[in-house]
Amino acid sequence: MMGTMDLSSINPVVLAAALMVAATPILLAAIGELVVEKAGVLNLGVEGMMITGAITGFAFAVSTGNPYLGMLAAVAGGAGLALIFALLTQYLMANQVATGLALTLFGLGFSALLGQGYSGVSPPRTPRMDFGWLGDIPVLGPILFRHDPLVYVSLIIVAGVWWFLRYSRAGRILRAVGENHDAAHALGYRVRAVRVAAIAFGGACGGLGGAYLSLIRVPQWTEGMTAGAGWIALALVVFASWRPWRALLGAYLFGGIVTLQLTLQAAGWRIPVEYLAMAPYLVTIVVLVVISSGRARRTLSAPGSLGRPFHAAG
Amino acid sequence: MNRRQLLAGTALALSLSTGLGGVALADDPLRVGFVYIGPVGDQGWTFIHDQARQEAEAHFEGRIETSFVESVPYGADAERVMTQMALSGTDMIFATTFGYGPDVNAVAARFPGVAFEHATGYLQEEPNVSLYNARFYEGRAVIGHIAGRMTESNTIGYIASFPIPEVVMGINSAFLHARAANPDVQFRVVWVYSWFDPAQEAAAAEALIEQGADVIMQHTDSTGAIRIAQERDVLAFGQAADMSAAAPDVHLTAIINQWAPYYIERIQARLDGEWEARNTWYGIGEGMVGMAPLHERIPEDVRAEAEQMIADIAAGDYHPFTGPINRQDGTPWLAEGEVAADGDLLGMGFYVEGMTGEIPN
Repeated sequence: MMGTMDLSSINPVVLAAALMVAATPILLAAIGELVVEKAGVLNLGVEGMMITGAITGFAFAVSTGNPYLGMLAAVAGGAGLALIFALLTQYLMANQVATGLALTLFGLGFSALLGQGYSGVSPPRTPRMDFGWLGDIPVLGPILFRHDPLVYVSLIIVAGVWWFLRYSRAGRILRAVGENHDAAHALGYRVRAVRVAAIAFGGACGGLGGAYLSLIRVPQWTEGMTAGAGWIALALVVFASWRPWRALLGAYLFGGIVTLQLTLQAAGWRIPVEYLAMAPYLVTIVVLVVISSGRARRTLSAPGSLGRPFHAAG
Repeated sequence: MNRRQLLAGTALALSLSTGLGGVALADDPLRVGFVYIGPVGDQGWTFIHDQARQEAEAHFEGRIETSFVESVPYGADAERVMTQMALSGTDMIFATTFGYGPDVNAVAARFPGVAFEHATGYLQEEPNVSLYNARFYEGRAVIGHIAGRMTESNTIGYIASFPIPEVVMGINSAFLHARAANPDVQFRVVWVYSWFDPAQEAAAAEALIEQGADVIMQHTDSTGAIRIAQERDVLAFGQAADMSAAAPDVHLTAIINQWAPYYIERIQARLDGEWEARNTWYGIGEGMVGMAPLHERIPEDVRAEAEQMIADIAAGDYHPFTGPINRQDGTPWLAEGEVAADGDLLGMGFYVEGMTGEIPN
């Protein structure tokens, strides 16, 4: 028996707006990780930084009553956890992959500990932006001009990262450090300092992405609520070949698939949900396999020193 | 299911392996291990299992010692975690999700002295594997009735996890009783292919509300969906635990899984040396399925009907799958007055008549 296949019940405007919301947490985490990897560091702890940001942001927003203070706390929380990673990998020369994985485990456990007592608590509402008449433009208004502030912040960060990496002197130094840390070091650049700064930025973005989940997308705190979003963000960086605008495209593509398949199901369409629902995870696994193969990395134009330890030999 | 859980499971398995193995002394407490699919803080399925674990531990006052490993995906990780539990002297293991079936039996074969209790499964290949499950469909009949009576749009949204018999059975039970209460009711089912993903569950709830659903039901473990229902003022039901804290204004009731009495009974049997493998399927009558307090938004007459249904099911006077019931394609399944066999329910792979859409493969 056929379902009621009614295309007219699907509102593309609502869909497009929902897509941006679904994409924003992974976009934030991915753009941060992109900068980290551009500096030659592979931090697999994105999931841990996101969940830490989710709870620190939630806890601060609840205790202060102000969602924006919560978001700042999430930035600090994510960056703080990332700095532990920086200390271990840049100064104590711990293995990046192992440390990143440990960071994820630590973040999940630590956030569960911090989050005790926050289950079932409602966070303060984050108001949507009011762009005045822009929000009233048919079709474009609801899609583009009626979101919460973080959607726009994420877009500004993407543009800023693009500009920074491409046009700024500091951005070029960061890329040099990521491509060949020995050469950068020989030229007198402070490889470690650049990497620590990049790692902290990545953590801040990851934390903000987590807070987007706990303060806006779901609005509540639940243990383990990132549920793999950090891994998707990691895959997205590779999918984007380390290019900011492609990361945006990839995130919106992912958000689009998620939103569209749920909406089509809700509208009674027969679609191969089993494959669509698994797709992001399958792609993630494939990408993580690819990223660990040397030859594939070169063809994807990965940063030359990605994941390699740096010893300031002279 | 995802990398995080895999890694968490592996790391915990490694940490367990450092524990002491060997023979337990006679006056040592009985060691009981629990393996969970989600985090203990999910406020749903795993949370309520862990509450029961704590109740059992309190009940036995030092005569048992419990441990748990959370967020263990099924497959190799579950097998590793259970193997390590057995190696480190655990006497009894509760494996609390459907997907652990093959892993439980594989480990049970290697450790015949360990008693295994597997929740919601069907594989019982070893003499030391017990199965236990709750007749959740009884609770779903009740919420289906309430939903059918209270919907104004006649569209009920259902967030489903995986297309397995347990979930299909729940959809059918809720649908049959919603239809019986309101012949115009339609169900919209969204499969999210996860037991626990708050963001995905929330997005599914939003998609369903967008499609006109004014009542949301879920067969997933988090409060993500019901939280959205609260935000949008759409009626909803909790799952596995009382979720009213997350949605105080719209949480009509919840199907509550009450595992503690069973855990206490089975651990007692093991302590007495009388444990043997069983296959338990308890419902409202035996107290394994409970209902959360009915919300004041439920009108008096609907409340009375729901309470009557709960009482009838508990007394064994009413079975939610009583014929005549046809399959979705119109072929007869149960004749007038015929009651579904347990085997039919546990292998249910079809929708009943009136349901739209298809069950994914």
